[in-house]
Amino acid sequence: MLDCTPDKPLTEGAHTTGKINPIKTCQPVGAMYAALGIHGCLPHSHGSQGCCSYHRMALSRHFHEPAMASTSSFTEGASVFGGAANLKTSIKNVFAIYDPEIIAVHTTCLSETIGDDIPTIIKQSEIPEGRYVIHANTPSYHGSHVTGFSNMCKGIVSYLAESDGGEKKERANIFPGFVNPGDMREIRRIVTEMGVPSIMYPDTTGVMDSPMRKTYEMYPRGGATIAEIKESGNSKLTLSLGAWSSDEAAATLQAKCGVPGVPLRIPIGVRATDDLIMAVKEGFGVDVPESLEVERGQVIDTLIDTHFQYEGKTVAVFGDPDILVPLTEFLITMGMIPKYVVTGTPGNKFEKTVNGMLEEAGIEGSRVKAEGDLFDLHQWIKEEPVDLLIGNTHGKYIARAEDIPLVRVGFPVFDRAVHPLMPIVGYRGCLRLIEMISNALLERRDRDSLDEDYELIL
Amino acid sequence: MTTDLNVDELLAPLPDKVRKNRSKHIVKKDPSGGSCPQIEANTRTVPGIITQRGCSYAGCKGVVVGPIKDMLTITHGPIGCAYYSWGTRRNKARADERTPPEQIYTAMCFSTDMQESDIVFGGEKKLAKMIDEAVEIFHPRAINICATCPIGLIGDDLSAVAKAAQERHGIPVIHYNCEGYKGVSQSAGHHIANNQIMERIIGTGTEKVDGKYVLNILGEYNIGGDTWEIERILGEIGYTVGSTLTGDSAYAKIKNMHRAHLNLVQCHRSINYIAEMMETKYGIPWLKVNFIGIDATIDTLREIARCFGDEDLIARTEHVIERELAAVTPEIERCRKVLKGRTAFAFVGGSRSHHYQFLLRNLGMEVVVAGYEFAHRDDYEGREVIPTIKSDADSKNIPELHVEPDPEEYRPPHLHLKMSKEKYDELAASGILNDYKGMYPDMVDGGIMIDDANHFETEELVEIFKPDLIFTGIKDKYVTHKMGLPSKQIHSYDYSGPYTCFRGAVTFAKDVAHSLSTPAWKMITPPWEQSGTGGD
Repeated sequence: MLDCTPDKPLTEGAHTTGKINPIKTCQPVGAMYAALGIHGCLPHSHGSQGCCSYHRMALSRHFHEPAMASTSSFTEGASVFGGAANLKTSIKNVFAIYDPEIIAVHTTCLSETIGDDIPTIIKQSEIPEGRYVIHANTPSYHGSHVTGFSNMCKGIVSYLAESDGGEKKERANIFPGFVNPGDMREIRRIVTEMGVPSIMYPDTTGVMDSPMRKTYEMYPRGGATIAEIKESGNSKLTLSLGAWSSDEAAATLQAKCGVPGVPLRIPIGVRATDDLIMAVKEGFGVDVPESLEVERGQVIDTLIDTHFQYEGKTVAVFGDPDILVPLTEFLITMGMIPKYVVTGTPGNKFEKTVNGMLEEAGIEGSRVKAEGDLFDLHQWIKEEPVDLLIGNTHGKYIARAEDIPLVRVGFPVFDRAVHPLMPIVGYRGCLRLIEMISNALLERRDRDSLDEDYELIL
Repeated sequence: MTTDLNVDELLAPLPDKVRKNRSKHIVKKDPSGGSCPQIEANTRTVPGIITQRGCSYAGCKGVVVGPIKDMLTITHGPIGCAYYSWGTRRNKARADERTPPEQIYTAMCFSTDMQESDIVFGGEKKLAKMIDEAVEIFHPRAINICATCPIGLIGDDLSAVAKAAQERHGIPVIHYNCEGYKGVSQSAGHHIANNQIMERIIGTGTEKVDGKYVLNILGEYNIGGDTWEIERILGEIGYTVGSTLTGDSAYAKIKNMHRAHLNLVQCHRSINYIAEMMETKYGIPWLKVNFIGIDATIDTLREIARCFGDEDLIARTEHVIERELAAVTPEIERCRKVLKGRTAFAFVGGSRSHHYQFLLRNLGMEVVVAGYEFAHRDDYEGREVIPTIKSDADSKNIPELHVEPDPEEYRPPHLHLKMSKEKYDELAASGILNDYKGMYPDMVDGGIMIDDANHFETEELVEIFKPDLIFTGIKDKYVTHKMGLPSKQIHSYDYSGPYTCFRGAVTFAKDVAHSLSTPAWKMITPPWEQSGTGGD
C-alpha cells in the first residue's frame, strides 16, 4: 500500500510542484454544496458536463444522498464562442422542466478561462416571475472547495438578503460553515436551546440527510427558504462560524444590511463551543440554560475520566482549515500532541493560527502546513510516526501503510456509514470525538496486546 | 412484456425543442422482429438537462489510462479533475512478477494544481518540473499526462513538454489531449486514450509472450476484481492472458500486446478502436465477449475455443464449464426463487447495460428499460451501422489514427489462430469474429432503449414500468432509493464484486437478492400512519 512512497525523507525541495495526493479539491463542489442548502434550489454548473458529474458524485458518495444539479454541457463550440447561449438555454430549460424556486449558477475553470460574464448573461435570461437566478465565480485554479463554499455563501447574501431599514429583530443569523447536516442541526439546537430564534444558511439539513418518505421529492423539505434568507438582513447579528467558509458572507451582509457579524470558530471542542454560547449570551442578553451546563459538565467529566487513554499521544490531523483550527485546539485540551497539522487550502493565516495555539500550549517540534498534501504528510510520518491520524477517507492508505488508526473527520468521508448525520460540534460533538478517538486507540491496544496483557476492565 | 409506451406522451411536458431532440434518443424493441430502428446517440446533451454524463477527461484518465498500474499519471490542470478521478472506480491492481509493489501508482493522485498565474502565463514549465520531480522521487517506467479543460484554452503544448521530458529522462512520457469539453461525453476520451496507447505503447515491446494460446482482454477494468476471476477461468482452460486493457494492466505488458493470438473485447465502447486497429496492423482478430452472466460466460468460453478449433482446448473448456456450473448452481437456484419475475432498469456504462441483461436473465429477471450514458449508435444497433454514422462538429474533433499493416509484425489472422486459411475462412463466415451486434437484439420485446437518459425521463419511465430495481451509478443511486426502489451500482458495485463468470454471478445474485429483500423496504410507512390491519 503506497509502497512507492520513499522510505527515507526527501531532500528539501524535492517535491515543490503540484500536489501528490491532495487534501483539497476545487471550488465548484463547495459552491454546489452551499447551494443545496437553499430550499427549492437547483445548483447549476456552468461549464462542460464532467465537472457537474464529478461534483454530484463526490457529494453523493459523502452524504449518501441525491445531489441534484444541472449543467451547461459545453462542447468545443461553446468553449470557442463563449457559453452565453448555453447558460441562457439552460436557465430556460431548467425552469421549464425542473421548476426550481431558484437556480444557483457557479462557474468552472472552463467558463472562467473563456471569461463568460455571468451577471450579464443572467440579466439577459428568461426568468419566470418570482423565481431567482444567483451566481458565484468559482474558478478551480484559485483556493479550494472551501473557497467555493464561501463564494457561494457570499453570492447568496449579495443576491437575496435585504434590509427593510427598520429596527433589527432579536434573532441570530447562523452561517454554519462547511460542515455536515448533522453539525448544522446541532448548532441550531444550541442556539434554540438558549431561547434565541435564528435563520441559518446555507442549511443542508433535510436536504443532504433527508428522510425516506414514500415518494421522491426533487426539492426535499429542508434548506433555508428564500424568504428566510431575505429576512436575514433584518436580524440583530450574524454568528459567522469558520473564518474561511463564512466570514466573507458575514462581511457582505454587514455591509449590505448593517447586520454585525460575530466571527467565531466552528464550535468543535469545549472552548469553541463556549465561545459560541458566550456570543449568544452577550449578543442577546440571555442566560445559559441548565441543559447546556449539564452537557458541558458531562464533557469535562468524560475528559477527566478518560484522559489516560489518549493524553500524551501524538496525532496527525489534516483537512479543511475551519475544522482543523478548533479540532487542533480540542486535541490540545485533551492533552494530545498535534504533531502534524496540514490543510490543502491556501492561506498563511492557517499556519499562524495553529502555530500560535501550539506555542501557547508549550508544544514544540510540530509541523503545520497550509497548501500541503498527503504525500508531504506521509513522508513526515515515515520520518517520525504518530499514534493516531485524524482526517478524511483519503487518509486510510497512509493509515494502512504505516499501521496507524484513523479517525474519520471532515470532507469527504466516503467509506463509513451514518457519518454526515452525527455531529462533531457542540458539547455533544465533543463526546463523540472523545468516543471515536478513545475507542480507536483502545482497539489498537487490544489488537496489539499479548494474551496475558489482554484486559477486560478499563 | 406489453407495456405500450407512447414516447410523445412521455415527453409531452418538455419544451418543444427539448422534446424533439429527446424523442430521437428513445427506441422500443419491436416484438415483430426486424432490425434496430435508428437511435440518436453520441450527440450533445441539451444544456440544462440533468444528465448523468461525464467528460472526455473522465473517459481518458478516469476510465482508460488511470488503471494502468505502473504508469504514473499526472493530471495537468487545476486540482479538481485529478481529485475526482482518484480511486473512485475501484480498479483493483496488485503487484506481480513483473511489477513490484513500489512501482504501483494506482492509489496515488498527481495534479499540477494550476493556479491563476499558470492560467495567465501558461503551465508548461510547471508541468515539466512536476515530471522531473516525479521521475526523481518515484522512478516510474512511463508517465501519462492528461489534459483538463483550461489546457486547450490557454494553449499549453503538451506534446512538446512530453517529448522534451522523454528525452531528458529516457522513459516514455505520453500525453493525452483529453480536455473535458472535447466531444460530447466520456466517449471522446476513450478514443483519445485508445489512439495514444495504440501509437505509443502497443507494439513497442520486443518480448515473446509465453503460452500456446495468448489472449488480451480489452475493455476490462478489474472493478471489484472482475479481471482476476476471468483470468482464473481462462488460465484453468489453458490460455495465457497477455495483458488486459486496462484493469490491473502494466505498461511493461501492454507494450507486448501485439504478440497475442486473439483479442477479447469486453467493453465495446471504450476500446473497440484498439481492437480494430490491432486487427489492421497486426492481423490479430478480435472477439466480442461477455463474462457477465453464466450463460454468457459459457457462450463466450465456447466461442473462444472455437476460434482456435483445438480439440483439447474444447474439451478442457467443457470440463471447466461443467465443474464451475456444478459449484454455483445450487446458490443461483436459491437466489432465483427470490428474484424470478422481477424487472429492472439498467442505466450504466458503454456495455454494461447490455452485459448485465444476460446475468439477470439467468436469475429470472428481465431488463425492461436500458440505456447508456455515452454510447454510439453501434452500441445499440450493431457495428454494421458504423459506415452510416455521420460525424458532426463534436465528433470531428477527435483525431482518427490511420493504421496500416506492420511490415514486420503483421501476420494473417489464420496464423494467429493457428489454423489453416480454409478453416479460418469458415470461421470468419460464421460471423463471430470482429463484430458486435449491439444491444438491440437482446432487449426484451417491448423493452425500451434510451440514450443519455436524464432525470425527468427516468422518473416518468419508473411511473410507467414500475421496475423492481434499478442498476445505475452513484448519481442516480440515492434518487432511486428515495423513489422506494432498490438500486445497485454497476459502475463500482457498492464495495462488492467480482461479478464476472460463475462465482461472480453468485456474488451478484446474493447482492441483488439482498437489495430487494432488505426488511427496511417494508418499514417506510410508520405504524401510526398505517390504516386498518397495517402493512404497506
